[in-house]
Amino acid sequence: MLQIIWLLFCREWRLAWRRPGQLLNPLVFFAIVISLFPLAVGPEPSMLRTMAPGVIWVAALLATLLSLDGLFRSDYEDGSLEQWVLSPHPLSLMVLVKVLHHWMVCGLALVVLSPLFGLMLSLPVKVLPALVLSLLLGTPVLSLLGAVGAALTVGLKSGGVLLALLILPLYIPVLILGTGAVEAALQGLPVAGYALWLGCLAVLALSLSPVAIAAGLRIGVSE
Amino acid sequence: MNWTFFHKLGSPKSFYDISGRWLPWIAVASFILLTVGTVWGLVFAPQDYQQGNSFRIIYIHVPAAFVAQSCYMMLAVAGIVTLVWRMKLADVALRCAAPIGAWMTFIALVTGAIWGKPTWGTYWVWDARLTSMLILLFLYFGIIALSQAISNRDTSAKATAVLAIVGLVNIPIIKYSVDWWNTLHQPATFKLTEKPAMPVEMWFPLLLMVLGFYALFTVSLLMRMRLEVLRREHKTRWVRDALEKVR
Amino acid sequence: MKSQPVDIRQLACERDQRELFEDLSLHLEPGDVLQVAGPNGSGKTSLLRILAGLLPAAAGDVRYGEDSIFVGAGRDLWRQNRLYIGHAPAVKGALSAEENLSWLCALSKPVSRELIWQALQRVGLHGFEDVPCDHLSAGQQRRVALARLYLEVHPVWILDEPFTAIDRGGVSTLEAHVMAHAASGGIVVLTTHHSLDHLSGLRCLDLGQVT
Repeated sequence: MLQIIWLLFCREWRLAWRRPGQLLNPLVFFAIVISLFPLAVGPEPSMLRTMAPGVIWVAALLATLLSLDGLFRSDYEDGSLEQWVLSPHPLSLMVLVKVLHHWMVCGLALVVLSPLFGLMLSLPVKVLPALVLSLLLGTPVLSLLGAVGAALTVGLKSGGVLLALLILPLYIPVLILGTGAVEAALQGLPVAGYALWLGCLAVLALSLSPVAIAAGLRIGVSE
Repeated sequence: MNWTFFHKLGSPKSFYDISGRWLPWIAVASFILLTVGTVWGLVFAPQDYQQGNSFRIIYIHVPAAFVAQSCYMMLAVAGIVTLVWRMKLADVALRCAAPIGAWMTFIALVTGAIWGKPTWGTYWVWDARLTSMLILLFLYFGIIALSQAISNRDTSAKATAVLAIVGLVNIPIIKYSVDWWNTLHQPATFKLTEKPAMPVEMWFPLLLMVLGFYALFTVSLLMRMRLEVLRREHKTRWVRDALEKVR
Repeated sequence: MKSQPVDIRQLACERDQRELFEDLSLHLEPGDVLQVAGPNGSGKTSLLRILAGLLPAAAGDVRYGEDSIFVGAGRDLWRQNRLYIGHAPAVKGALSAEENLSWLCALSKPVSRELIWQALQRVGLHGFEDVPCDHLSAGQQRRVALARLYLEVHPVWILDEPFTAIDRGGVSTLEAHVMAHAASGGIVVLTTHHSLDHLSGLRCLDLGQVT
């Protein structure tokens, strides 16, 4: 079983790096969305500081969601997805590896970039670790939940808007906890409670969403 | 449990016959409950000590909110039945109930806003309850959008079922996190559904309205389901016979 | 590799509220090659997909040996013993032929590089092993998909239009390979628009007559 996990991971990695341009898209989107806010509401530092946790989190949310839209679609269209469903290996495990790989090239990249944008939005340096931690724990949940939506809409060409409509309401708890953590850090309050709750959500998502994703893919393939 | 009854209910024809017999009774019951409840609540119940007459809107807001939430649970149960037992009627129920639930949520939101105006001065406040209702409305929209986006009916039924179940699992998490968010940002403790010891003259009409709304929901659902069943089974003989009788 | 008998019992298929076929019963012994024929829309692809396990059956059962292929241990056994190649070649454009094949085989059991090169040679893709598949023609991509037939040891093959986009030489090679597989105890179920009348011992199921 470990062998198939490793082989799958290598396959996804190879596929991702053969089209390196596509890896940048979510990151650039993240940057653009964040930059829209100072342009929209004015560059005054104290206002940006108040908005910063929310803006960064919402931008991360949207960037992850849009990059997940095509997660399974190319496999669905060329028939590879059928072969996954037909394989004797457990489908939930295979999709979990695929989603985690996606998180590594997208969510993790956002986590690494976030301190930069935190500084650009006038967040004090002492708050940045809390920002990074909240995103580190929260982005896997975003990837996993978004993959559920991607699996349910795999046969549709309609794209990101429907996916956003389905999944954004489910993102709200992560959003509340993530921004809550950063705001607590801004006020000098401890962040550990938020981190633990985010961790809980991450564990819950890790255990339950592969089942839903596999179910969605089987439904999509049976058309 | 009598499984044969359950299986018989699963067949579209017997559903059509059974619901046809019950529908008039439920419709009458809903009419009576709603009329009595509305008149009593809006006219005869005593004024609230704090809010005066504006609180009377709860006679519509609270029942609508209850139905909206129960309807979503019903959607998830219908989803489970669709996936596990592959009963087509469960999919019909899911598809027909979703818009009704969405409308109930909308009514709850609008009446909640109307209630808020004299109390807070604005039509909309981001308090825990209204925000949760708004998120519930989005969840309903998601289900309706997905069921319409997939053209293949079997795939659509199963995908919507999975979405409804995923939504149900998330609803407690969303509810708790929104409540928490509210306490973080609004130290004011005013709650929209404060129900301290309400005298009988106040909560009894409320009970009638709640029952009346549930009955109304059942009536709308059964009527929509009957129409959908006729539409789906239009090629079968019993539908043609039934339509002949109407003509 | 010797297959167990496949027993199809009163199988029914419904797609999008339309009944395609019902009460289909058939028994396949090791060594059988079944050609499923019928007009467009009669359910050939759907039947193959039900057999593969992608589509649920509206009614009826299919047994591999003793167990049903739709539930429990029988399903796991079936997944290990059947190979399905459908319309879409399951080939990723960004990966090379060798990488694609290596992954497809790994879904059941990983296979060594030498064997993959040999299989690609047998389907006539010698020299194209490390070419990214989006540089290959449609026919060549299909050959990459069909190379699995030379690599994996599944006793039961379910092939949906395997000869599409293959040239005449390739078609005769593939026909010979299919008959050889059946002769060694396997079972093959396929659909095709090609005429297979020149092959002996072929069973035919005409879905146009079943409904």
